[in-house]
Amino acid sequence: MSIFRRRAMGLGAIAVAALLVLSACSSESDTATGGAENCEAYAEYAGNEGTTVEIYTTIISPEADLFVESLQEFMDCTGITVNWNGSQEFEAQISVRVEGGTAPDLAIFPQPGLLAKFAGNGLVAAPAKVAESVDANYSPDWKAYGTGPDGVFYAAPLGANVKSFVWYSPKTFADNGWSIPTTWPELLALSDEIAAGGAVQPWCAGFGSGDATGWVGTDWMEDLMLRFNDAATYDAWVSHDIAFNDPKVQTVIDEAAKILKNPDYVGDVASIATTTFQEGGAGIVDGTCAMHRQASFIGGILAADYGATIVNPEDTDVEGGITTFYFPGVSADQRPALGGGEFVGAFSDRPEVQAVQHYLTTADWNNKKAALGGWFSAHKGLDTANVADPVNKVAVEILQNATVFRFDASDVMPAAVGAGSFWKEMTAWVAENKSNKAVLDAIEASWPTE
Amino acid sequence: MSTLNRSRAKSAFSSPIASAAAVVIATLWTIPTFGLLISSIRPEQAINNSGWWTFFTNPEISFENYEKVLFQGTLIQPPMVQYFFNSLAITLPAVVFPITLAVFAAYALAWFDFKGRDFIFFSIFALQVVPLQLTLIPLLQLFAKGLSINGITIIPNLGITGTYIPIWIAHTIFGLPLAIFLLHNFLRQIPRELVEAAKVDGAGWFTMFRALIFPLSIPAIASFAIFQFLWVWNDLLVGLTFGAGSKEVAPMTVRLAEMVGTRGGGWEVLTAGAFVSTVVPLIVFFALQRYFVRGLLAGSVKG
Repeated sequence: MSIFRRRAMGLGAIAVAALLVLSACSSESDTATGGAENCEAYAEYAGNEGTTVEIYTTIISPEADLFVESLQEFMDCTGITVNWNGSQEFEAQISVRVEGGTAPDLAIFPQPGLLAKFAGNGLVAAPAKVAESVDANYSPDWKAYGTGPDGVFYAAPLGANVKSFVWYSPKTFADNGWSIPTTWPELLALSDEIAAGGAVQPWCAGFGSGDATGWVGTDWMEDLMLRFNDAATYDAWVSHDIAFNDPKVQTVIDEAAKILKNPDYVGDVASIATTTFQEGGAGIVDGTCAMHRQASFIGGILAADYGATIVNPEDTDVEGGITTFYFPGVSADQRPALGGGEFVGAFSDRPEVQAVQHYLTTADWNNKKAALGGWFSAHKGLDTANVADPVNKVAVEILQNATVFRFDASDVMPAAVGAGSFWKEMTAWVAENKSNKAVLDAIEASWPTE
Repeated sequence: MSTLNRSRAKSAFSSPIASAAAVVIATLWTIPTFGLLISSIRPEQAINNSGWWTFFTNPEISFENYEKVLFQGTLIQPPMVQYFFNSLAITLPAVVFPITLAVFAAYALAWFDFKGRDFIFFSIFALQVVPLQLTLIPLLQLFAKGLSINGITIIPNLGITGTYIPIWIAHTIFGLPLAIFLLHNFLRQIPRELVEAAKVDGAGWFTMFRALIFPLSIPAIASFAIFQFLWVWNDLLVGLTFGAGSKEVAPMTVRLAEMVGTRGGGWEVLTAGAFVSTVVPLIVFFALQRYFVRGLLAGSVKG
């Protein structure tokens, strides 16, 4: 024990010495790259040399490293140092920091609800330049999510994620001669065709997720809510301005039942509740089922745990290759998107802070960041050629073509519903064969009355 | 009465059944930590693919996790050694300050006769009831903006946010009530005859403190020092809040909490990180173990 400790300490001392040498080296190389050639692009941000801007966020290493890398040229050219401060305690600490008088310069809000809390309460309205850039580059829905309840525009959109995906195997589709449906009726027709073939089950689904079992069902409801109703109805549904058992919601659950409660499509309906969401998608990898509706992240899980390969839709000869198509609207020209995103709000109006906030809304930065991989945004100037991942590419297309963009409703509803009865009732819907009406009535009854 | 209690306690603690139970509990409680230790010296691939217990049939040792944790910084995060030194820089003053203040305060409260002494003592003791979470925001405001009432500046904005000073002050404030209470009760147990003899010999209050009270209170000071050290070293909340997001002063616990990536990747380094942060408290604990046990009894009812 003592020998080990002594040796470890010796090692430590050597390593500390090595570290000092290393850090000396790296600081030299930093200054060497300082004089980038194409600094003209950053001319509008001049005059802020030697300043520092703190960005407070939930995004931490290793993802955060790519953000800093994407900002390197900006920092070298403008002389603004971006201090990336990631913390998993962001959502709790941001309130403490703002109220305690040590607010960060910029904060990246992972959801609009938190942003709304600081509207008119610390947040500084976005400068006209940022607002113009957002008007030009993002759809009005995105701007609306960055606007506080007081109607002031505060925060510019940053990254995005998309849920409106149907996962499938291009090989299975090509082998059977199926084509990608572009409308809801086509999707049902294709499901019928696959079911009639008998060899492959049209759909796979899994609601299981520990304490959160049922959230997959809420995603289905939200996606269909955006398709069978307009955006205003969706918003009214989220804010409970229409009842949860309103006839408009009834239509949606009836449509969802056409797939999820159809034994011809999904096999044993009750087993959906006990299948975990990770396992739910496994069937499309081994070819036992054809389609699986799930957000983009499932690709990583299927690749890591079930031997899937993420491919382009054209790669029809890869065994276990999976990719996505857009979960279609009722008609081909109706293209709503369900997802989420982050928003950059400022707590300071110093010029360098506004410069960073503006730069993050430019096509230049969005393309730079996307080119580093694993990331995309709803920026209209984002070139899909810079998005390497096939699924992210589809996601960018969905966002850029979206007629409507809405956040996940269950994340915005009161926790008693959004993280409670909505999940539970969707589970009961499949597990206990609870009727559509009974499910909606039960959720409506659970809505908290203030 | 007390000897009876003591012998009863002694026989209870030395009975074979009790010893066996103690061994079982100790083993059970150590297994997870032990598993963590084993995991920390296994290669990343092995951690992800099999449980730590397979180590015994298929031992693979790699110190890569430790190397990664300690010496590899990223673009935005300095390596953990820096946080290690931050932790030391926070902890040492945050232990010394409250003890120094508390030992004088306790001395005065225990042996000086003045009006309102009990009231002051009970008020201090009562302050322990205030949860520290309640004070976070007001205290942070005080550090960041100073304090002025009706335009009259009572505490100016000292511009100390982002330095160690707010963290030290906060830890000192939060540590003081318990420190004073503990030391006060200990100092009260010093026999009155001793103090009076010293007084008769012509010792002043300060001489008495230096020559008599302080040497006698070393065990209590040491035991409180351990408590305070462990509390400050393992603290996340105060360091995170009063560091005001500055990486230059963030303790190791802050880094540890962020070691796992945004989407849960890279958790293999967490095992090594956890052990790095455990080393110092373990050394302190083993070095001062006998005081620690005594400290558990200090301040309890007199026998």
